[in-house]
Amino acid sequence: MSSTDTHALEGNSRHPGLNLGAAHAQEEDTREEMVFGFWVFMMSDLILFGLLFATYVTMLGGTAGGPGPQALFELKSAFIQTMILLVSSFTFGMASLALKYREDRVRLVVWLLVTLALGLAFLFFELKDFHSMFDKGGVPSRSGYLSAFFSLVPLHGLHVTAACIWLVALLGQMAVHGLDAPVKTGILRLAILWHFLDIVWIGIFSLVYLGGLS
Amino acid sequence: MSDATSLIFGRLGWDALPFWSMLHDHSPMTVINGVIATGAAGMVVLGALAAIVLVTWLGKWKYLWSEWLTSPDHKKIGIMFIVIALVMLSRAIIEAVLMRVQQTFGLDGGFLTAEHFGELFTTHGTIMIFFMAMPFLTGIINYVMPLQIGARDLSFPVMNQVSLGLTAAGAALVMISLVLAPFSTGGWTGYPPFTELAYNPGAGVDYWLWAVTLSTLSSTLTGINFAVTIFKKRAPGMKLFRMPLFTWTALCTAILMIFGMPPLTVATGLLALDRYLDFHMFTTDLGGNMMNYVNLLWAFGHPEVYILILPPFGIFSEIFATFSGKRIYGYRILVIATMCIAVLSFTVWLHHFFTMGQSAHINAAFGIATMLIGIPTGVKVYDWMLTMYRGRIRLSVPMVYAIGFIMLFVLGGMTGIILATPSVDYQVHNSLFLIAHFHNMLIPGLLFGMLSATNFWFPKATGFRLEERWGYRAAFCWIIGFMLTFFPLYVLGLMGMPRRSVAYFEPQYLPWMITAGIGAMVILCALLCLLMQLWVSIRDRHANNVFAGDPWDGRTLEWAVSAPPPEYNFPVLPEIYSIDAFMTEKDRGQGWQAPDHYVDIEMPANSTMGVIIGITGLAMAFGLVWYMWWLVIGAGLVTLVAVIARGFVRSTTRTIPAHEVQRSHEHWLEQVRRTNPIDRSLEQTTANHGRPVPPIEGAVQ
Repeated sequence: MSSTDTHALEGNSRHPGLNLGAAHAQEEDTREEMVFGFWVFMMSDLILFGLLFATYVTMLGGTAGGPGPQALFELKSAFIQTMILLVSSFTFGMASLALKYREDRVRLVVWLLVTLALGLAFLFFELKDFHSMFDKGGVPSRSGYLSAFFSLVPLHGLHVTAACIWLVALLGQMAVHGLDAPVKTGILRLAILWHFLDIVWIGIFSLVYLGGLS
Repeated sequence: MSDATSLIFGRLGWDALPFWSMLHDHSPMTVINGVIATGAAGMVVLGALAAIVLVTWLGKWKYLWSEWLTSPDHKKIGIMFIVIALVMLSRAIIEAVLMRVQQTFGLDGGFLTAEHFGELFTTHGTIMIFFMAMPFLTGIINYVMPLQIGARDLSFPVMNQVSLGLTAAGAALVMISLVLAPFSTGGWTGYPPFTELAYNPGAGVDYWLWAVTLSTLSSTLTGINFAVTIFKKRAPGMKLFRMPLFTWTALCTAILMIFGMPPLTVATGLLALDRYLDFHMFTTDLGGNMMNYVNLLWAFGHPEVYILILPPFGIFSEIFATFSGKRIYGYRILVIATMCIAVLSFTVWLHHFFTMGQSAHINAAFGIATMLIGIPTGVKVYDWMLTMYRGRIRLSVPMVYAIGFIMLFVLGGMTGIILATPSVDYQVHNSLFLIAHFHNMLIPGLLFGMLSATNFWFPKATGFRLEERWGYRAAFCWIIGFMLTFFPLYVLGLMGMPRRSVAYFEPQYLPWMITAGIGAMVILCALLCLLMQLWVSIRDRHANNVFAGDPWDGRTLEWAVSAPPPEYNFPVLPEIYSIDAFMTEKDRGQGWQAPDHYVDIEMPANSTMGVIIGITGLAMAFGLVWYMWWLVIGAGLVTLVAVIARGFVRSTTRTIPAHEVQRSHEHWLEQVRRTNPIDRSLEQTTANHGRPVPPIEGAVQ
């Protein structure tokens, strides 16, 4: 009995929700390992953000006479960023559906490109926000509070940047190798990261922006 | 310095050389310290050169490259981890001995400067935790765990290479800091504000920061790799509650790594932001709060203690069972105790700073949580003793370490309970009592565990036994040396001597210090005995070969294959019906059998990723330490390109044809048949070639 048979016997389901092509047990097992491993990595990454959130909260009082959230944040811009990111999650969802149900690659690539564009737009607005904060004297060296802000929010931005680079790399892989199994699992894992970053951003929007402006 | 040179070399100048200050300042203190530092740097340079010359002389570069550095094989990566650990262990022991010698002569002075002493205790601690303990246990889990669960490799072999590369880079950075000095003087915990730029502008803290960060990243990846492997790659029938206890502890350690390493990444990352980008996270001014660092560090630091101690618990569980000729007592309870410890380890971090100003209620809560850990640990100790009870005990070398561990570890646990009482902690915190306590946990716990494991599994990895006479000498030197060195420190702590003191002015300390100094010499002897043991064993390798693979009448799957095992571990994946799978096989007379048919085996192909990430990681860290920004950016870009390019590679596996598997397996089975089965009384003789007589009645329950 091979290891895959046992998995089936013990009720370990194959990875649901994604059409990985003709059933090929051995390869699906490998892919399941990849995806599970990525979930575990996400848990570890979530601890990073959780700790930075906690640190941020303890530093709220440490403005040292410098500008605080009221003076620095613009709800409109933060709201736009939130909307962009939420829509990008939706478009990535559409890309996942295209991957699952469509044979042709066009839809998939289009949805991925739309997602990429939204990711870049998010980064653009975030950088614009930071720029206007800098103009108002909101630089990290000004106070402990601002240091905490700039250790939390740009880390999310860095993650989005990495996710965008990954997306481009996957498109490149698709151009070279076609829609093969590694590309598919790559998209699957990137989707997990993308939605994860969305959730983290909701935390940032609620706690940092709404909390700061309330 | 001109602009051009500073563009290239950053802030690295001639004054980084360890003998530079000695050339300008001829006072005896400077000269003595300069000579010691230069000697150490010389040893690093000579050691590196000797290694290069040796490999060239033997003509082994190609072999080293294709069989080791680029190999994705978990067994080879495990061995390389252990080699790093042993090299770093030697350095850190020598540093420890130097500190003991300093304090022996430290009444009213001594010969080391406070600065030099500070570097010594910082590197000693940093190396022992991050570059001895972590690589050692990572190496042993890497080697043994896949064999125990019937897997062919870890889930992510290339990521395993990257972990090794990052650890090697961190270790190399600490070694480089001997040649291009200085290292940090902030202790292995690196508390700000002392480690902030305002008080410590030099390169030292940055060396510490990046070495630790590299090690942390490595351990996070390792944790993910181990956990996924154990969850997803077990052989058919290897249910969770049939896993060997060592694998259970490896799983708990992996989970602790996944959740326990990020706090350290955050702590060192934020400290780096403070130092490089003028943030104010932990500074004394502008709203910084250093208590956040202390909390973050120990939110890592306490789980870390159990990352270090759980694998030894697993190792000792295997060893007590094997050398008592019995099934482990209370398997299920031991698993539950391990899990309890893993969970509780996240609830006690505050006991590392009872005196730092929080309310008495909080201290009480954390004190009680700390004492609770004594319960599952106590359960384990009783289970081990009950495993030995009425067993047919063989006092082998691993067993000597194990029994030394039980006695000394319980003692250390007692002093831990004392320290867990906040009111007592107020009296003895930051004193040598604390130093004695945690060395009492880590030397008998972690280090004895690792050495015990080395003696136990060495024949599996190399195909020959470690020589026992030198093994016993090393073990007894360790036990006696430990007691002589650290028991006096308990007394000194109670007498009020603070930790990390370069000198003291209290003559009453002297007798205890001299005793501790003698103990350090015995530990040095222990290190030499270990080296002798290795040398003698390699010399007598043919006489002591155990190719048949089962020199200790082992109980778990790793003993069911040849020693050393083939690259693919198992010619066909085994099926498991019980705990102690191999013992059950032997009991039923089903050991060493040929399968019905062989199939092609797909194994991961060689990859240069580990080497690339290791080198670029080291280059980035070195550039950051000395402000060579071109190096940081260049190495960063290479890393990015390498990672992206790796995504385009599709030929990631290679196939070993069935007939090759069959040939090598049948060759081994033939050798096993020719091997004379031996009784346990001949275990330590040259008659032991790795095949035991069938189990005695009662050994398998």
